[in-house]
Amino acid sequence: MQLTGAQALIKSLEMEHTEVIFGLPGGAILPAYDPILDSPIRHVLVRHEQGAGHMAEGYAHVTGRPGVAMVTSGPGATNLVTALCDAYMDSVPVVAITGQVSRPVIGTDSFQEADTVGITRSVTKHNELLMSAEEVPLAVRQAFLLATTGRPGPVLLDVPKDVLQEKTEWYWPTDDEVSASLPGYKPTTKGHPRMVREAARLIAASERPVIYAGGGILKARAAEALRSLAEITRAPVVTTLMARGAFPDSHPQCLGMPGMHGNYAAITAMQEADLLIALGARFDDRVTGQVSTFAPAAKVVHVDIDPAELGKIRQPDVPIVGDCRLVIEEIVRVLAASGEPQADRGAWWARVNQWRERFPLHYEPQAEGEALKPQAVIEAIRDASPADTTVVAGVGQHQMWASQFWRFEEPYTWVNSGGLGTMGFAVPAAIGAKVGRPDRTVWAIDGDGCFQMTAHELVTASSERIPIKVAILNNAYLGMVRQWQELFYKERYSEVYLSPDLPDYVKWAEAMGCAAFRAETPADVAAVVDKANAIDDRPVVIDFRTDANEKVFPMVPAGASNSDVIVHPSQRPGGEEVVQ
Amino acid sequence: MATAAPANAMWGSGSGRLHHQTISVIVENRSGVLARVAALFARRGFNIISLAVAPTDDEAFSRVTIVVDLQETSVEQLTKQLFKLVNVVKITEMPPGEALERELALVSVRCAPPGAPGPSRGEVGDLVRIFGGSVVDVGQEALTVMLAAEPSVLDDFEELLRPYGIIDIQRTGRVALPKLERQAFRRGRGTAGGEK
Repeated sequence: MQLTGAQALIKSLEMEHTEVIFGLPGGAILPAYDPILDSPIRHVLVRHEQGAGHMAEGYAHVTGRPGVAMVTSGPGATNLVTALCDAYMDSVPVVAITGQVSRPVIGTDSFQEADTVGITRSVTKHNELLMSAEEVPLAVRQAFLLATTGRPGPVLLDVPKDVLQEKTEWYWPTDDEVSASLPGYKPTTKGHPRMVREAARLIAASERPVIYAGGGILKARAAEALRSLAEITRAPVVTTLMARGAFPDSHPQCLGMPGMHGNYAAITAMQEADLLIALGARFDDRVTGQVSTFAPAAKVVHVDIDPAELGKIRQPDVPIVGDCRLVIEEIVRVLAASGEPQADRGAWWARVNQWRERFPLHYEPQAEGEALKPQAVIEAIRDASPADTTVVAGVGQHQMWASQFWRFEEPYTWVNSGGLGTMGFAVPAAIGAKVGRPDRTVWAIDGDGCFQMTAHELVTASSERIPIKVAILNNAYLGMVRQWQELFYKERYSEVYLSPDLPDYVKWAEAMGCAAFRAETPADVAAVVDKANAIDDRPVVIDFRTDANEKVFPMVPAGASNSDVIVHPSQRPGGEEVVQ
Repeated sequence: MATAAPANAMWGSGSGRLHHQTISVIVENRSGVLARVAALFARRGFNIISLAVAPTDDEAFSRVTIVVDLQETSVEQLTKQLFKLVNVVKITEMPPGEALERELALVSVRCAPPGAPGPSRGEVGDLVRIFGGSVVDVGQEALTVMLAAEPSVLDDFEELLRPYGIIDIQRTGRVALPKLERQAFRRGRGTAGGEK
């Protein structure tokens, strides 16, 4: 069967079970858009290519399947770079297809030419420039394999226009041919048995263990395995920003999020632990604070599919390269089989519970005449929405409050930009999440600064009938920057004020085809959240007017030790002063 | 090769190399692979001392020989990060002392034509012969000489040529293979003559 490169590309995507492509056509990718008309694959036409990338990420986060983005050459490809970098940092499986100028003019600075493979080399797990139509099916199979196995990540295929137009004999490579074509790619999935036994021994002997669960738990579909490990060890569990939902917040052993804006008990339990069981986590600086003073007494068992993470920041006592689910299941099996009693952790739990009781997450209730408390808005949405609601955040204060004050009970209900910290992530990622799981309510919790970066994708959502809900916590500031300027720059506010009314978010949202509301009082909040939850035929945007003075606590200042947590002022013995 | 000992003793220039480690990386022989390796070093802030690339006996693969300073670079991180590149097939770390390393230098050096004052071709030629190198080009007032040797020997050779006036020098960067298995080496000492 003779196909053009374009037909072979779309057929290959079909063979890989692609349901949806997020994209935007242009000159070089044009040939690939023709066969889309005849394909069962849905295409979501974005308004800016960055949106296509974040939608693919949102889709991948909630489904576990790779998101597919397709854009044209030059500016199409460069607009995708932020999303690729985001996916790379958070290990999100994405397959990106970019058009490229025709082979004879590559390297001549022709119209809309960019060195896409060069530009994206350091933000993709792998990328390839395809130089013949014949290569297309194998390259697509490789891309899906690479994106989804080992440590997941984005893979980009750059396809010249004349390759898309060229005819080739259709051929779908076998599994063996795919693995033979990647002689250097053999991810280790099964943990080394001796290391697994050593880990089990350390765990059983530990008096003050903490399970440090990272995003790798979700990537490895290891939430159930994590729960068995937690229950057999009775160890406290912290779930990082990337792992919220991997372990239910309602579980008595769950201490919540660690790190810069983590729960006091989670941060402090890690500091005081004698053993950290790091599972699919990478000792990010936002978790460790100052590395030299992080968890000083703890031995470390570190499980990760990426060998380069072991010893990158903290030298583990027991390094285990492998798939989190497989390794945790093995550790649980060894622990259960050994029949040895676990060390007594009564004293440890007594301390942990003291921290929990003394320093719970806290904010002062709204005073009469003041603006809404952002935390209260999040709680109101949480309480009025279904338990399996997917929450998507942008980056900043609202993201931290969403992580802190939502209660995550199920895996894959939390989508955010952790590693790269991409403002503007929420709206497009929420669209992708809704496309991936249309059965679930999707709430984007966004800031006013973030919203302005990618709000235009609500046009996409309206025209494609993707009914997401967006809560703008509008404090008229780049709030997290403002918080740092307040605490660390003597309240000298530089370039952080945005205005609550410019733009008029309600009118803007309405112009983009959304239902839109504004809430200024607690009574408004409950009413508009209910209204929003009742609307299912178009996107909804709510402009919540929130208190700009509200700060995210607890806080560990950048570079400080996790032993120096700044708690909420009302929880400090000395009153209002800031601990340096 | 009977070259190294005298020069080292005189100049002691090999000492800085104690911290040098050679890493031999087998990569798929495809376009862009060297760029991936180089980009990774830049991205992760790894300093490299030298890098040499050439195809192996199997044309599907190339060997990249990289020398790094152990004091500046975590070889463990470097090899782990390199191995994440899909096109990297095999990495062999060769700690100092366990690699057979060679480097080639071409040096154009001044010498006086016959009859003119100053060091003659013969003088320069003698030095080259002592080191086991060869003269590869002869000009009116210069010679181009070639020497393939251990890198520290090349350093010495270069220093000894310097007083004559080096016009141009080009070194290749190091290539290396692991030393053959020690057991074979020990056996060989008594019988077949071994490696020395």
